[in-house]
Amino acid sequence: MQPAPGGRGGLTPAAQAAADSGRPAYTRADVYFMSGMIGHHAQAVLMAGWAATHGASRAVRAFCERIVVGQRDEIGLMQRWLSERREQAPHGDASHDMMKGMDHSKLMPGMLTAEQLAKLDAARGPEFDRLFLTFMIQHHQGAIAMVEQLFGAAGAAQDDNVFKFASDVHVDQITEIERMTLMLAELSASPVKIP
Amino acid sequence: MALAPKLSLALALVFAAACSSPYSSTGGTPAPSPDLSMTPPSPDPRVGLRAGWMNAAEAGWNLRVVSKTPPSEKFINQSTPGDRRLINSDLGFIGNYAVQGNYSGYQVWDVSNPRRPTLRTAYVCPGSQSDVSVYRNLMFVSGESTSGRLDCGLQGVPDSVSHDRLRGIRIFEISDISNPKYITNVQTCRGSHTHTVVTDPNDKANVYIYISGSAPVRSPSELPGCSGAPLDQDPNSALFRIEVIKVPLAAPEQARIVSSPRIFNDLTAPPRHAEPVDSAQAAARAARAAAAGATPGGRTRGGPTQCHDITVYPAIGLAGGACGGYGLLLDIRDPANPKRIGAVADSNFSFWHSATFNNDGTKILFSDEWGGGSAPRCRATDKYEWGANAIFTLIDNTMTFKSYYKMPAAQTANENCVAHNGSLIPIPGRDVMVQSWYQGGISVFDWTDAEHPREIAYYDRGPMDSTKLVSGGSWSVYWYNGHLYSSEMSRGLDIYELMPSGFISQNEIDAAKSVHFEYLNAQEQPKLVWPASFAMPRAYLDQLARSNGFGGDRVSAVRSELTRAEKLSGQRRREALAALATQLHSDATGAADQAKVHKLATVVGELANAQR
Repeated sequence: MQPAPGGRGGLTPAAQAAADSGRPAYTRADVYFMSGMIGHHAQAVLMAGWAATHGASRAVRAFCERIVVGQRDEIGLMQRWLSERREQAPHGDASHDMMKGMDHSKLMPGMLTAEQLAKLDAARGPEFDRLFLTFMIQHHQGAIAMVEQLFGAAGAAQDDNVFKFASDVHVDQITEIERMTLMLAELSASPVKIP
Repeated sequence: MALAPKLSLALALVFAAACSSPYSSTGGTPAPSPDLSMTPPSPDPRVGLRAGWMNAAEAGWNLRVVSKTPPSEKFINQSTPGDRRLINSDLGFIGNYAVQGNYSGYQVWDVSNPRRPTLRTAYVCPGSQSDVSVYRNLMFVSGESTSGRLDCGLQGVPDSVSHDRLRGIRIFEISDISNPKYITNVQTCRGSHTHTVVTDPNDKANVYIYISGSAPVRSPSELPGCSGAPLDQDPNSALFRIEVIKVPLAAPEQARIVSSPRIFNDLTAPPRHAEPVDSAQAAARAARAAAAGATPGGRTRGGPTQCHDITVYPAIGLAGGACGGYGLLLDIRDPANPKRIGAVADSNFSFWHSATFNNDGTKILFSDEWGGGSAPRCRATDKYEWGANAIFTLIDNTMTFKSYYKMPAAQTANENCVAHNGSLIPIPGRDVMVQSWYQGGISVFDWTDAEHPREIAYYDRGPMDSTKLVSGGSWSVYWYNGHLYSSEMSRGLDIYELMPSGFISQNEIDAAKSVHFEYLNAQEQPKLVWPASFAMPRAYLDQLARSNGFGGDRVSAVRSELTRAEKLSGQRRREALAALATQLHSDATGAADQAKVHKLATVVGELANAQR
């Protein structure tokens, strides 16, 4: 059989897992990411939730439905991770604190300011589509920056749960940015001129 | 068509309590009586199964459990179900061995007796996802996470830049599979989430590995040359490409990256199937914008930055790439330089995960791993087309959407469930596949009719936990030399056997079992070849009887003639079979399913030629 792996006195993975009660070490950067991303996701759910009432096109509505379902589940995942580690888990509903008196210093990268949110909330139809796609691309780019910031922090994302979740966010949101960029281009292409 | 007696309800295998379950952890189960009904059990027994880690309630239909083997003691945390460090991942097979990846390394199981798999080694070497492949005396293991170490240590790599870190491919020499030797590794900028072994029919001296990595690009201080910049800012960006490693079989320690094909360049977004549109005018506008392929800022789009999985089918020189928001068709006849020759997109797809060709290469199935396998995507409220498979015909390198398929039983919010890995079951004349759905269990479905895929067998457990989502379920399930092997993320290695049913006859199962692989990596799809046997014509006869493709009298007569021939020997058997083959070819003209009767005649002829 192989020699004992380096470090930790040659513990097996099972013995190591038993020793830390199934909770591998994590850092403040992990907690900052997992709790910060809850608010980030909550704002995305709020924005996407407006599609149905703000006259969005069917394509944008379908895209928004996916964001609502997907990011809501991810909020649950982050809350579980935090509460299992007895870390404070923010609530995942943006509707009561996003609009009024929002503290800009707490905004995670890419998040909309109160003014931007109000502008989106006031838009209807094609203007909502355009603003939504523009703002959500900005929002997603912020999430990607958060993942890259996490990976650049010493000791972070060593817990496989965090690594897996952060890389999923990274790849999913890059894919969605590409989709939204295309939808935005489709929206702004000039209409057919009928002679 | 004469329907078989309806026995489904009585025979659906539902076991409410572990203590009464005939699915014991070792030694298999007595074969239950077959369910010959063409109707699935109703209500679906997978709905509402009692939760539990090793003792969850189970439901099966048209297959039976041969064995359930928990992880070896090194790889199980008894106190924490679903500990992510000890998750089982993908499977590779060689000879009588199944290699099971694990986030902490891999386990090698001797499956000579599928009723009692025995552990040959549990190799400790953390690094997700530890997807494994084998080729002759070599084993390849994917490492993506930032905690993977060159020395296989458990302590992780806390420094954000470190030369102790391994992200890429580890290569082991496995001539003595109980004592794998770690011979080298190949580091890549994004690590290896998955990989694909690619053999070249024209190059016996080397084997190639396609690397797919989806995590962020690492620092150039850690691995020189790595850049995560957009392509227009850095033409050497590690994004928007895959890596190809060449492994010289005579000197595998010299394995290295030989190319980084930019298979996404100049990708014009294909029209998204199923995109809801408000008006014809909006659709025309969308099509025009898509064709232009430009962003509002005027910058050419780069397309996807990566692939999740690439399934190669070397026998036909094609690969299916599941890459970001697209399903790509690649020409891999020059394996170091794959070229994109087709692309599809679909509004119901979130994240293209993997591909499977049918054996003829006339269809391709892509799956969507929406939520990355961590989320519950099979609840009653989740759409059938979301987190599902999309089935395409493949004619002259053109992919045409035909239908979606999703494991149909509603799962709870505490079960991660979405389309995942699977493989073809070698039933001749049909496209049948088995697939993992994480905690949605495994689903066997027939996609011969691309527009109407249909589930024909399944197995499922209750959730890991009834109060919260604890990761588990089937990561991958593959057919290998007669059995179905499932890597259960948290519960170990499951082995199943297909049961004859209203959808699959014993003859078809016997024909499937006649196909022998020396090794199997599901991402490198082997061409299925059936040796001559009496099961082959009988399998086709069963299909013709089921579809009324040949007169009922003729089916009976051919069955009798096969029985008679089987009792003969030597020259007399050969002559009887040859005469039957000739007769069948001429009979085909009047048959409803002429193509299948010709296939029948061909396999009878092959059987004649196989007689000494």
